[in-house]
Amino acid sequence: MGASQSAGTEHEFQDLADRTGFSLEQIGNINKRFRQLSNNEETLSREDLASIPALDNNPIRAQIINAFFDKRNLHQNETGTVQEIGFEEFLMVMTHFRPAAMGLTEEERENLRREKLRFLFNMHDTDSDGTINLEEYRRVVEELLSKAGTIGQETAKAIADAAMLEVASTTRGKMEPDEFYEGITFENFLQILNTFDIETRMHVRFLHMDTATLRCGKSK
Amino acid sequence: MACRTCLWLLGTTFFTCTVRLVVEGTEVGATQESHPEPGVVGSNHSQAGGGHGSSISGIQIVTFKWHHVEAPYLIALWILVAGVSKMVVELNHSLTSVIPESALLIIIGWILGGIIYGADKMQTFTLTPTVFFFYLLPQVILDAGYFMPNKLFFSNMGAILVYAVIGTCWNAATVGLGLWGCWLGGAMGDIDIGLLQFLLFGSLIAAVDPVAVIAVFEEVHVNEVLFIMVFGESLLNDGVTVVLFNVFDAFVSLGGAEIDAVEIIKGIISFFVVAFGGSLVGIIFALLISLLTRCTKNIQIIEPGFIFILGYLSYLTAEMLSLSAILSIVFCGICCQKYINANMDERSVTTVRYVMKVLANGSETIIFVFLGISAIDPAVWVWNTGFILLTLLFIFVFRFIGVFLLTWILNKYRLVPLEFIDQVVMSYGGLRGAVAYGLVAMLDENKFKEKNLMVSTTLIVVYFTVMLQGITMKPLVTWLKVKRAAVTELTLAEKIQNRTFDHMLVAIEDISGQIGHNYMRDKWHNFEERWLCWFLMKPSARKSRDYIFNIFHQLNLKDAMSYVKEGERRGSLAFVRNETKADVDFNKKFRASFSEIMPDIMADNMGPDHVPLSSILQDIVPSVCLDMHEQDLTMRESEDFNAHHLLQQHLYRGRKQHRHRYSRSHLETNRDENEVQEIFQRTMRSRLESFKSAKMGVAPAKKIQTKHQKKDKPQKMPNGNSSDKSKNHPYGDKDFEFSEGDGGSGGEAAGDLFPMRAYRVEAGIVNPAFMAEMDPMDNMQQIPHVALLPQTLNSFDT
Repeated sequence: MGASQSAGTEHEFQDLADRTGFSLEQIGNINKRFRQLSNNEETLSREDLASIPALDNNPIRAQIINAFFDKRNLHQNETGTVQEIGFEEFLMVMTHFRPAAMGLTEEERENLRREKLRFLFNMHDTDSDGTINLEEYRRVVEELLSKAGTIGQETAKAIADAAMLEVASTTRGKMEPDEFYEGITFENFLQILNTFDIETRMHVRFLHMDTATLRCGKSK
Repeated sequence: MACRTCLWLLGTTFFTCTVRLVVEGTEVGATQESHPEPGVVGSNHSQAGGGHGSSISGIQIVTFKWHHVEAPYLIALWILVAGVSKMVVELNHSLTSVIPESALLIIIGWILGGIIYGADKMQTFTLTPTVFFFYLLPQVILDAGYFMPNKLFFSNMGAILVYAVIGTCWNAATVGLGLWGCWLGGAMGDIDIGLLQFLLFGSLIAAVDPVAVIAVFEEVHVNEVLFIMVFGESLLNDGVTVVLFNVFDAFVSLGGAEIDAVEIIKGIISFFVVAFGGSLVGIIFALLISLLTRCTKNIQIIEPGFIFILGYLSYLTAEMLSLSAILSIVFCGICCQKYINANMDERSVTTVRYVMKVLANGSETIIFVFLGISAIDPAVWVWNTGFILLTLLFIFVFRFIGVFLLTWILNKYRLVPLEFIDQVVMSYGGLRGAVAYGLVAMLDENKFKEKNLMVSTTLIVVYFTVMLQGITMKPLVTWLKVKRAAVTELTLAEKIQNRTFDHMLVAIEDISGQIGHNYMRDKWHNFEERWLCWFLMKPSARKSRDYIFNIFHQLNLKDAMSYVKEGERRGSLAFVRNETKADVDFNKKFRASFSEIMPDIMADNMGPDHVPLSSILQDIVPSVCLDMHEQDLTMRESEDFNAHHLLQQHLYRGRKQHRHRYSRSHLETNRDENEVQEIFQRTMRSRLESFKSAKMGVAPAKKIQTKHQKKDKPQKMPNGNSSDKSKNHPYGDKDFEFSEGDGGSGGEAAGDLFPMRAYRVEAGIVNPAFMAEMDPMDNMQQIPHVALLPQTLNSFDT
């Protein structure tokens, strides 16, 4: 932690550490990174995140960036987006990617799963209505496959439709003539991704050491 | 049952006869040589010269020229015998599910060995190191490398390397030293052996064998991480084994006195050279193969041959340079698989796959049979209770200790720790096999006085691991409730999620400034896409190699195939039956964009799972595209139509062509554009008609099941709505009968799944006029047109 940290921040960090489960060093590193990205300001805006050069190649950067500003991910029971986030919110988003600690009970595991899947779901469900409808899904798939270059937009659409239909059939099963499928709800989403080991896969290793300096020149 | 027993008896008799023939042949050959009587010589001359010699008795019409064909004949015969043994083994499935095939083959080898020994009083056929290492092993390893799941392999590479290198060294050292200690203690009695020889023996018996691992784990489908650990270890430990073997062999030759620090350092350096050198040779050959397949468009018929030859050459080259040959051929297979699958024609890819499997399986069979035969040779048997039992004990115990120790260390660094049960299975799965036997047979008797003892011990170890551990592996895995391999294939949605995940993780890593696993993988991926693919892949292949796209393509092909099958079954692929009164007008607009999209989609060189009929489907080029007049309908996005019609067009066959030429195997596309367009128009009209009718009712139902769910229920699809309301439904009632599922013309086939791929029909064809009224999601579910669409799709699961 740099000299710019006041004693008060230590206390905050401890508080955050307790709440989120990160260790103090990890929070320190993340804070450093936050400062770096936000140019030492208190809040981070979309442009700050968008200017990370390494993200340029990522097909779903828009969604990821939005995810940081999505209120639903900030553990607030609101919907909508914010324009800027503070360090605490940044950290909140990062908690979704913590590894599953050892020795969790079944219930805790399940909660962790739901949390992570919720994050993923929110990323798809851009209008916050609780279901992923065809348009939204299409958009995600198009973005995803767009960088591949070889897949045209139409094909991406077709693929999205196919996937959607698959989901419809697996989750709703036989549908009556007068029903129609509104979209993928969170429950359906859970169901589809049942076989995913999301607790272990959706996990970024937050190191105890500061690797920001190792990427000199790459990030801001 | 009786049939089976008969076959079994026949099989056995066949063996015995074959073997006797072989044996007698050898004897006759031997006799002929040892009795060079004038008569015989004369008759030989007469065959050769055709009446030249003076002392001929007369023209021989038919002669038995055994010598002439001896060598190839024996080889061919043995291959045949091995094949027949496999057939006999596979006769009884209940037996093979309990005892692994490899164990049964060894038993058959014993029987054969016994027969031969009985006939010859000596073992004429054994598994010689040359034959094994040059002719039997390469194809097995090439097969392993070619079919290696790369992503899994490389993501676990760290752990695999730890086990392969450190684990093998640990095993070698402990077994060698343990045995030496016991020898010093007098447990083995009086044998002429030394520390170095023990260490050498330890190093060759320590290595886990890939052939045995494949053979045993094949029956037991453990989860993929566990499998890749054991398997990867068995492949990569060759680097270590080769080095240790050569080093200790050299040490033994030098004698104990000459060993000093320099030599040991040289030994360590040679490890790195051998391992990395071998891999490098493999990678170079992989590059060669990929480049070569890039240019073989005109000689597609012999394309597959190159793979095998170059693979084999990589093996031999590494062997020549005293590097690790197994590592070389493994990396050759691993690195080239992606590029050759993309570059080669689908048929060539299939050929390569099948030939690879045939060769590998055949070799494996031969190896195990000969392992059995080689045992029946009293000349090599030296029994030393202490030595043998201690060896068995040590390899077993030290393997467990080694694995647990290393896993404990590894789990501190792994994202997904290896569980206790997995570790148990991993230790238990450390099978020794033919490689150890090959190495021990290579020892020089003069330097190693106790060679025969070592050979016997090795054989016993191999039998113990392959047979006992092989038989008990499955019950153990079941008892321990080891996580098994996922049987179902991922759905398209899951695959998309996978992709999303990867990107997301990389993004988070970027944002949080970490260099992680994902970052590395992403970097490699980018590098590979930019440079390697450009260099190694054909331009046409580059375009069409996205993974998800391939899946999509496969799905389409499968559906199209089922469509064709169903059409054939029904007698005709015609779908347009009645005239419609829809008032839509069509014109060909986006023809250009279509034809541009189409060839890409239907590009040949896709994916490993090629579909035989795809070549037929390739010719589809209806250049009509769907574009509705805007004055008739408020067309929202005509592109919607385009894209989603791509596939319908694939499936669509003009009516005329099938009227005259009904053929089960040959379908031609109608190239008469006018007619095709006409048919399209009618199709579209009919669809619109049904949309309109569907619109009247509630949103039409969408029962579309995936292939994976087999339910025998009637298709609720085009259900009630359409059939009720549109009497003048373009496709007529026949289609609905059919689609109605279990009843009707479909029969059981129709009752089966409707391959989901009907999706493509969706959205595109939706009538925008009433799309607006419905939830956007509906368009996906506009099944009416699905109904219209070749419902034939619903039938077979290929």
